[in-house]
Amino acid sequence: MAYLDHAASTPMLPEAVAAVSAGMAEPGNASSLHRAGRRARRTVEESREAVAAALGARPSEVLFTGGGTESDNLAVKGIFWARRAADPRRTRILASAVEHHAVLDAVEWLVAHEGASVTWLEVDPLGRVHPGVLEAALGDDVAVATVMWANNEVGTVQPIAELAQVAHAAGVPLHTDAVQAVGQLPVDFAASGVDALTITGHKFGGPFGAGALLLGRDVACTPLLHGGGQERDVRSGTFDTPALAGLAVATTLATQRQPETALRLAGLRDDLVRRVFAAIPDAVYNGDPVHRLPGNAHFSFPGCEGDSLLLLLDARGIEVSTGSACSSGVARPSHVLVAMAQDEEQARSSLRFSLGHNSTVADVEALLDALPAVVERARRVPVQ
Amino acid sequence: MKLLAALSGGVDSAVAAALAVEAGHEVTAVHLALSEAPAALRSGARGCCSREDARDAARVADVLGIPFYVWDLAEQFKVEVIDQFVAAYAAGQTPNPCLRCNEKIKFEAVLDRALRLGFDAVVTGHHATLADGVLSRSVDAAKDQSYVLAVLTPEQLSRTVLPLGAMTKNEVRAFARARGLGVADKADSHDICFIADGDTAGFLRSQLGDQPGPVIDALTGAVVGHHDGAYAFTVGQRRGLDLSVPAADGRPRYVLSVEPVSSTVTVGPVEALDVAQVITAPPVWSSARSLPLRCEVQLRAHGMVHGCTVTADGQGWSIALDTPARGLAPGQAAVLYDGSTVLGSATVLAAA
Repeated sequence: MAYLDHAASTPMLPEAVAAVSAGMAEPGNASSLHRAGRRARRTVEESREAVAAALGARPSEVLFTGGGTESDNLAVKGIFWARRAADPRRTRILASAVEHHAVLDAVEWLVAHEGASVTWLEVDPLGRVHPGVLEAALGDDVAVATVMWANNEVGTVQPIAELAQVAHAAGVPLHTDAVQAVGQLPVDFAASGVDALTITGHKFGGPFGAGALLLGRDVACTPLLHGGGQERDVRSGTFDTPALAGLAVATTLATQRQPETALRLAGLRDDLVRRVFAAIPDAVYNGDPVHRLPGNAHFSFPGCEGDSLLLLLDARGIEVSTGSACSSGVARPSHVLVAMAQDEEQARSSLRFSLGHNSTVADVEALLDALPAVVERARRVPVQ
Repeated sequence: MKLLAALSGGVDSAVAAALAVEAGHEVTAVHLALSEAPAALRSGARGCCSREDARDAARVADVLGIPFYVWDLAEQFKVEVIDQFVAAYAAGQTPNPCLRCNEKIKFEAVLDRALRLGFDAVVTGHHATLADGVLSRSVDAAKDQSYVLAVLTPEQLSRTVLPLGAMTKNEVRAFARARGLGVADKADSHDICFIADGDTAGFLRSQLGDQPGPVIDALTGAVVGHHDGAYAFTVGQRRGLDLSVPAADGRPRYVLSVEPVSSTVTVGPVEALDVAQVITAPPVWSSARSLPLRCEVQLRAHGMVHGCTVTADGQGWSIALDTPARGLAPGQAAVLYDGSTVLGSATVLAAA
């Protein structure tokens, strides 16, 4: 058995499990004024401070949300609405062509329903957005720009600080989806210069359904959810005290351990890549070899369908991903690989191996024990 | 054996997979995504391709504890089934898309892929019996699907497992309930899955456009009406003719033939629908016999059975019926039976 799909979700850290479990036994709504409420509120605010400290933000810049999708929607739609309200000419959105669907579909919804237009920022064949591409796309009519910190499929890391500088020179706020970055790369909100930054717990050892949008104090953002105004009046909903405690513990530990985790995972990953090439010499390594998540290895196996590889590896206890799936579970050619100028057949033949905090050399060995026979078998299925 | 179970999200395929698991086979489930834009929810009795059906199929696999995947065959389904369906109507034929889907999708594309991936066979929830390579009718005559499986070659049948042949539909549902399968009481699907509202003529019109032409009385040769598209008519049809000139003998008129090139629909009295001789395309023998042959023939799904004598006609069959069949359209399948045993299937080319 080997779990090589940490980019989809990584196991919770035992310390985070303990924090969530302990919190679930405690009564009290953190908005209540009595003793139980005050105790819960203290947990929430200490969690906020911990997340802020771990990610280079001020506590008031941490808005807790239900996860990455909500944070991305809140940033893209909320900043769009607020910027357009301040100046009705601002109706254009800049977004990289390799964004996660939580960003892509939010942008497309604004285009379909809110009179927005979009300029997709092209990427190079390694998946990078060049600052010059962003610069050329900027203008007075731009409401918001959004470029992910690191890509969930091919692992390419974007030059976020440079992009933020370029955007700011034109007076445009930049949002970044950093869901894949926390715990694998150093993430410092203030130093990066971005205006809004998405994180979600279950990608770095925290619980599902708990995330945050880091939002600069001077960045206007129209709410998606209206109600009690718990999160700076930008997000409403009763505080999920136990989950936030778990999120805080995971954020703290994942960022503390990030340097050694990254070093260890990059070593494992490089070993994995070498052994894949030794076993399957015509494999194609996708993404940026240098600016890359340490836990990500992404290949195309010519002549194979990713679906077939996944099924055959799963049957042998090796859990991997083809990268993208729509809600009916039907695999489509990845928009990320298509944006990186790969043809559809190569895009369909791809497989993502992603390592995380508890990955070991045994996982890599289990994969390589199975992979040659699986690739040989999958090549018998004609690629559609 | 290593079996691949095709789960539609309905009760039959669920129970077939469950029986395969209980028989000790190593079973992997797939749901076939056949629609390019699946609806979120099922509507009515149609369709097996909504995302709700995919979820139902996934839940069955959960309960059975077997792996589950979705295979996207929407493109092949469009080319092999939907486009063929439209083309057949455009050529004045009456195709059976379910039969075509079995032939080209379930037991060709899926079976081929399964074998290449290392599976020994596919298991499906069709109501038919398959033992020692011999295909025969289900014990449940009302649900029997041997007619639409008769296109399978002996090679395909040797790689197929049909666990439901000895069970009635009620027994299938009871089994599903007893095993805690949530689809136990799910409505049967029928009609054509890719025509969401059941309006076949409207679907064909959207694909083929208006093709107006005359309606001609076979007895008098007179033009007795007009239509917007010959594809909306099928041999034996009585309703919807909308004739402007009443028949001279005052009796109802039926569609006798559809001629697409001149877009002519010919109508006539009911007895003109009777045919005694059927000519077919080259057959698929599931259980080969030598000709001439005395046996029975079934000419449509759930249709009646006629005693017949089959002789060779070129590469195809010439089938002399003991009793006339009424309203036979080119494009339908003639399936030969010996008692309940399926012998083979061939597409009807002409009838007289």
